[in-house]
This record gives sequence, structure tokens and C-alpha cells, in this order.
Amino acid sequence: MSNLQVSIYRYNPETDAAPYMQEFQVDTKGRDVMVLDVLHLMKEQDSSLAFRRSCREGVCGSDGMNMNGRNGLGCITPLSEVVKNGKLVLRPLPGLPVIRDLVVDMAMFYKQYERIQPYLQNDEPEPAIERLQSPEDREKLDGLYECILCACCSTACPSFWWNPDKFVGPAGLLQSYRFLADTRDTATRERLSDLQDPFSVFRCRGIMNCVAFCPKGLNPTRAIGKIREMLLADAT
Amino acid sequence: MVTSITSFSRNGVSDWLMQRVSAAVLAVYTVFMVAYLLFHPDLDYYTWSGLFEHTWMRIFSLLAFISLAAHAWVGLWTVTTDYLKSTYQRVGAQMLIILVIFVYLVWGIQLLWGA
Repeated sequence: MSNLQVSIYRYNPETDAAPYMQEFQVDTKGRDVMVLDVLHLMKEQDSSLAFRRSCREGVCGSDGMNMNGRNGLGCITPLSEVVKNGKLVLRPLPGLPVIRDLVVDMAMFYKQYERIQPYLQNDEPEPAIERLQSPEDREKLDGLYECILCACCSTACPSFWWNPDKFVGPAGLLQSYRFLADTRDTATRERLSDLQDPFSVFRCRGIMNCVAFCPKGLNPTRAIGKIREMLLADAT
Repeated sequence: MVTSITSFSRNGVSDWLMQRVSAAVLAVYTVFMVAYLLFHPDLDYYTWSGLFEHTWMRIFSLLAFISLAAHAWVGLWTVTTDYLKSTYQRVGAQMLIILVIFVYLVWGIQLLWGA
């Protein structure tokens, strides 16, 4: 027997007065499976358990959750990486309203993403075929475009917990810099002028939780530093 | 763009720059003070007040006081906007902090140039 003890956050606002932790014993048959696999085994025991999942290979970003205190994607996190003393504690991503069990309301997260206008803006006449970019300029987008918007970084950020309506958050700012750094984008000045207040960018205190938890290994803190440099260069 | 009217300069870039510059000034002032005290183990009142007779020391000290005031305003304003969710509590705390900073700053100027 290789039983894993799992403690999971349960909350159904229609029937529960308050959230509670439910205990499960899961037989993993001694294999080092992913946390998402464990969730499926648990759902066989209790079909009322709710969580999001889709691609199950770290591409869609649906199953961001808090595993033993660390944010990450359940589908690409093996038990050996998170389980301590044979125990696994699963909670929803911190700081967002819970819809049910591990399912959180990501409206605030997407609102901040929408605010940074995550699309290319160019007011120059359209070329006949396509807007070309040198390989060197294209390289500037590496480490930025790979974000899958799983929200593991923003929901690990205390600045985003306290001011999710004002601070853009690491995920939004990484994407903001992705368009600020794009040589084909001509709205740089407008983008910067929307970020110069004391909250949108500057609420970042550089604690780097975002870097520690990004399942894609990206570095939002570095992108935020670059935005600060651009703001400073533009304003002085 | 998020509007804020009680932050130090109402502009994030300016507040951020002020926070960095004032931190550098305070670091230099602290190093100077610690070094001065280490080199004067038997410090008496006349040596100490003699130091503050120099105009450069008064300018240096005033610069440090103003830096401390700006640094505290930016920093504590940030703390209040993070943790105080009730508008009355937050605005009240901000006004109190600004008042205290103002009093200390004027008192500091009086100490330097009053005598």
C-alpha cells in the first residue's frame, strides 16, 4: 500500500456556511504521479469535488492551484516535488474569490490583463504582406510571450492580494512589457502614460514570489524592472 | 491609470525616484554619523555642537531630514493603501502621518538653525 494523505479545501456556497478541509486517503500504487492525477483519483471517491483542468500538460493553464503552500500547475507537478511527510494540502489559488472548491473567479485577473491592451497597435500604413522584424528584435520577446495566464504568479503576490483592482500584477505587467518591447508596436507612449501612477507598476515591491512560482520559468520581476526603466527614461 | 491624491507626488515614477534618491542620502548620512561617533569615543557637548556649527553640516543634516520626511511619506502611504481598507481609517492615518512628518521636519529645522 502506498497511501497518500490529502487534505483539500472544500467550499460550495450553495450548501456550505463556511469553507472546510476534507481528508482523503489516495492509493497512488507507489508511482510518482502528478497532482492532477491524484485529483482524478479523489474525484472517483467523491464526485462532488470541483476543479478546472483541460490539456493536462502545462499548456492551457487551467489547473493553477496551491499545493502544500506553493502555487503551480497540478498537471505538471509530480508528487515528489511537493509532498512533505506523506501529506498533501491542496487549496485554491490565494487571493481570488472561490466559486467552488478549487475553482476561483478570475475576473479581476483578466480585467487587469485587458487593461494593458494585450494586442499589437500600429498606426503606420499596413505593408503589402507583413510587418517584418529582425531576428534580434524578435529575440526581445523571448521570455515574455510564453505566458499562459495561469495566474500562479499574480495570486502569489501580496501586492496583488491587497490591491487587485489597482495593481496590474506580475502576469499583466509581463504582457505589458511584451508589447512595450515589440518593435512593431507604436503605442509605447500611450501604454507608458497609463502605467505611471503609484499603483499600476510601482506597487511591485520586488519580493519575486512571481519568479519563484511561475510554472513556465518566466521572470515578471525583470519585466517590471524594464518597464520602470522605460517610465524613468520617458519622464526625465 | 489609477488616480491617487494623497501620495507624495501623485505620480508613481516620481515617488519611486524620490524613494531611491532619499534612501541613498540617508545611507550616506548614516555612514557619516556612525563613522563620526566611532572616531570620537569621548564625545562631549562642545565637540558635538561644534560639528553642527558648520554650514555644510547643517545643509547635510537638513538634506537628510527632508529625505527622511519624503521617504517616510512615500513608504507609509504605501503601507496605508495596502492594509487600511476603510476609507475613513486610511485617510485619517494618512493625514496623521503627514502631520507628524511636518512637525518633525519643522522641529528639525529649528534644532539646526534655531540657536
